Amino acid sequence: MEKQDVLLSDVVIKFAGDSGDGMQLTGTQFTNNTALLGLDLATFPDFPAEIRAPQGTLPGVSGFQLHFSSDRVFTPGDMCDVLVAMNAAALKANLAFLKKGGRIIANIDGFDAKNLRLANYIDGINPLENGSLDSYDVIKIDVTKLTRETLKDFPELGMKEKDRAKNMFVLGFLYWMYNRSLDSTINYLEEKFGKKENILASNIKVLQAGYNYGDTTETFTTRYKVEKARMPAGTYRSIMGNQALAYGLIAASEKSGLPLFLGSYPITPASDILHELSRHKAFGVRTFQAEDEIAAITSAIGASYGGSLGVTTTSGPGMALKSEAMGLAVMLEIPLVIIDVQRGGPSTGLPTKTEQSDLLQAYYGRNGECPMPVIAAKTPSDCFNAVFEAVRISLQHMTPVIFLSDGYIANGAEPWRFPKSEDLQPIHVKFKTDLEEDEHKFLPYKRDEKLVRPWAIPGTPGLEHRIGGIEKQNITGNVSYDPENHQLMVNIREKKVENIADYIPLQTLDSGPEKGKVLVLGWGSTYGAIESAARQLQWEGHAVSHAHLRYLRPFPKNLGEILNNFETILVPEINNGQLIKIIRDKYLVDAKAYNKVKGVPIAKGELVEEIRKYL
Amino acid sequence: MSVVENGLPVLTAKDFATDQEVRWCPGCGDYSILAQVQKVMPTIGVPKENIVIISGIGCSSRFPYYMNTYGMHSIHGRATAVASGLKATRPELSVWIVTGDGDSLSIGGNHTIHLLRRNFDVNILLFNNQIYGLTKGQYSPTSEKQKVTKSTPFGSIDHPFNPSALAMGADATFIARSMDRDPKHLQEMLTRSHKHKGASFLEIYQNCNIFNDGAFEIFTEKSTKPNETLFLEQGKPLLFGATKNKGIKLDGFKPVVVEIGVDASVDDIWVHDEFDFYKAQILIRMFDDPRLENHLPRPFGVFYETERACYEDILNLQVEETIATKGKGDLDKLLRGKEVWEIN
Repeated sequence: MEKQDVLLSDVVIKFAGDSGDGMQLTGTQFTNNTALLGLDLATFPDFPAEIRAPQGTLPGVSGFQLHFSSDRVFTPGDMCDVLVAMNAAALKANLAFLKKGGRIIANIDGFDAKNLRLANYIDGINPLENGSLDSYDVIKIDVTKLTRETLKDFPELGMKEKDRAKNMFVLGFLYWMYNRSLDSTINYLEEKFGKKENILASNIKVLQAGYNYGDTTETFTTRYKVEKARMPAGTYRSIMGNQALAYGLIAASEKSGLPLFLGSYPITPASDILHELSRHKAFGVRTFQAEDEIAAITSAIGASYGGSLGVTTTSGPGMALKSEAMGLAVMLEIPLVIIDVQRGGPSTGLPTKTEQSDLLQAYYGRNGECPMPVIAAKTPSDCFNAVFEAVRISLQHMTPVIFLSDGYIANGAEPWRFPKSEDLQPIHVKFKTDLEEDEHKFLPYKRDEKLVRPWAIPGTPGLEHRIGGIEKQNITGNVSYDPENHQLMVNIREKKVENIADYIPLQTLDSGPEKGKVLVLGWGSTYGAIESAARQLQWEGHAVSHAHLRYLRPFPKNLGEILNNFETILVPEINNGQLIKIIRDKYLVDAKAYNKVKGVPIAKGELVEEIRKYL
Repeated sequence: MSVVENGLPVLTAKDFATDQEVRWCPGCGDYSILAQVQKVMPTIGVPKENIVIISGIGCSSRFPYYMNTYGMHSIHGRATAVASGLKATRPELSVWIVTGDGDSLSIGGNHTIHLLRRNFDVNILLFNNQIYGLTKGQYSPTSEKQKVTKSTPFGSIDHPFNPSALAMGADATFIARSMDRDPKHLQEMLTRSHKHKGASFLEIYQNCNIFNDGAFEIFTEKSTKPNETLFLEQGKPLLFGATKNKGIKLDGFKPVVVEIGVDASVDDIWVHDEFDFYKAQILIRMFDDPRLENHLPRPFGVFYETERACYEDILNLQVEETIATKGKGDLDKLLRGKEVWEIN
């Protein structure tokens, strides 16, 4: 039978299997392969908190969703076109998210009696055989058998090791289906298993076998192709959120001339920042895996006090533990960047799932009047620029800054038109080194016109001084319990943070008319869903606009004006309504909320329907 | 700063005092410790601007305000962690941690043991007064059992820490004990702490004359001191008593008190060796409640000292070696990564 190529513009694939099936790897490999072709893409890895949840069960399902297109991609997609189901549980957990008529690639071996039982299918009922999937295009492959068959000439490999290569068969088959070259994955395997010849050879062989299976099996007649995306010209790479964040910190360290110190305690989903930064000693990066979250932040305060760029990374529960130390940094008025990669809460909550529920914690979660700037990234690659800004503000305004990311951004990948080092603005930092002519004594809390105090670091002769968490007299920094002085200092600390609004860009609209019916106001990882929903409605002719906030505290100076230009302000958030509280409080507008707290991103489709209610 | 000698300023204790009014209760043991630290600082050969004193919370933690060096009065229990970050990035600084028994052993216990095992080259001065002073008189993790305090009207139940044994358990590389009422010994121990390369753990018995007056009287008063204390000196036999007529002999692994000329000769007495890892553990465990009959005397001085690489030195060596072998990081190369594609 003749094989034919069909041109598609937009595809969403979900790889789903047991958490030990290598679905994250398969997804990442397909993603890199896709990126190298110049397609726009977005990914959404979705995995259980347990490293190896019970095999074959619904809680053990690990998924990786990839959306690629010749058009702009803003989200990993609400529904998928193709579902790879390595076992019955993977099918059951994901079928609801497969488009009607969509394709299922099922590993037959994962649908045996045991797997069906573990996936809670009623005895004897196999969805692959009972006609329940008739409205889908089901491709059944006995991946396990074919993989073992492929590796029959590898007697030195045990059955377990052979089975571990199953995901390569599926990957090879998908490469065939989407007209791809195997090169990127072969290169990856060579790098990873270069020294283990057997493992390398077997993986490549299975990958090729999967590809050949598509090529030679007569039942598969159609291959698909997606053209390059229409993206701004330039050189691109694929980047994940935590990686972009780590690079942003390194870039800010280089551009400020301050060595980077990271104090961190491992916590999902922030640990990858620690892993990434610990590799870059060549940039003078010093990482310190502290004994706990508190030591992580206080060691960073110590480093910052000594003139380094002090940074700490964590997630929600760790943020809670760091609160008191953040207050210390506010009192000391020294630079510090606190990164919170948010996850589902409260308490341990949903460690591997995404949520935007730490905004109020970032804003208010400390004892006393304790203002701190808050900045949020909107996409994986945006972490780079956003954290660079967080560092700039922290160093130039002598204040700790909270940076918010989340699990969705942290683990998601997208193409990134990376900047050149020379295009990044330098961050000017000046330590105080001498007393001025009119100064007899160093005054650590004497401020400049921005209300920023001087930064004198230990080792500077003549500027010896003491700072601490006790309220201090303005200008001298001496301990003071004077009522008037405390009021003054509370006001100054607040004003100092508000003043930052003069040093950040004005808010712009991401899309839509300047005046109109609905303004969808978002922050953080809802960016893609809001932007794609807004674009669809704009295309339909509605006056819907989208504004996405990077600067959450202080807000850009013109935000109030923008809000006044719309009949309805809609604030979608993956929490129970946090930004909206602040917006209502500050601007006295009757903003409307759209909230969802399910551990998953807001989908474009649901948002379109929600916005329609106000049109 | 008065005289200039060989181009270097010669400092005195006065140069280390600040213009801030010292606000400890009159009669507090902290005054003596402050005076000894101010006396020792000019002698250690470190420029004043390179000295940093970091404290947590508690009476003792007000210390930095009274020292004309760099200083930070941080938050409860965290001075050790703040100091770790500072020392990791500024190894050339002389970092001193001033802390109390509550600050370093209760709320900050975790950071204390981790600092010791990492062996940052810093000095911990643990002011042990066996009480919570700043919160007005609750028992502390070093308070003796059955102590009646505001929070323990029926007597405390907790078994107290032996701070030096805790430090030994955390593999500290320098462990010593001194007291506020023996200025000369305290000065010597401060100097030794400074000289030790690695984390120095110096426990200082400090009298809180308001909430726990006389807690260490038995060790500090002229009438009882000779028989109740044992001052350790390197290479010298462990002798004590008014006429050095008593000594410690090892009976197997058990230290026993003997009387010279009565049941032992000087040759039978345990000779102190600061570098003996195993004997240090026995010595540190000489921690009898002085209220008990036939108790052993309490040792003061350097229990143990050893050499071990410091965290900050290895950390910075890793950075230097990486740069030496791979060259300084190239930001453009990093951002570009391994695989890129062009869109025209």
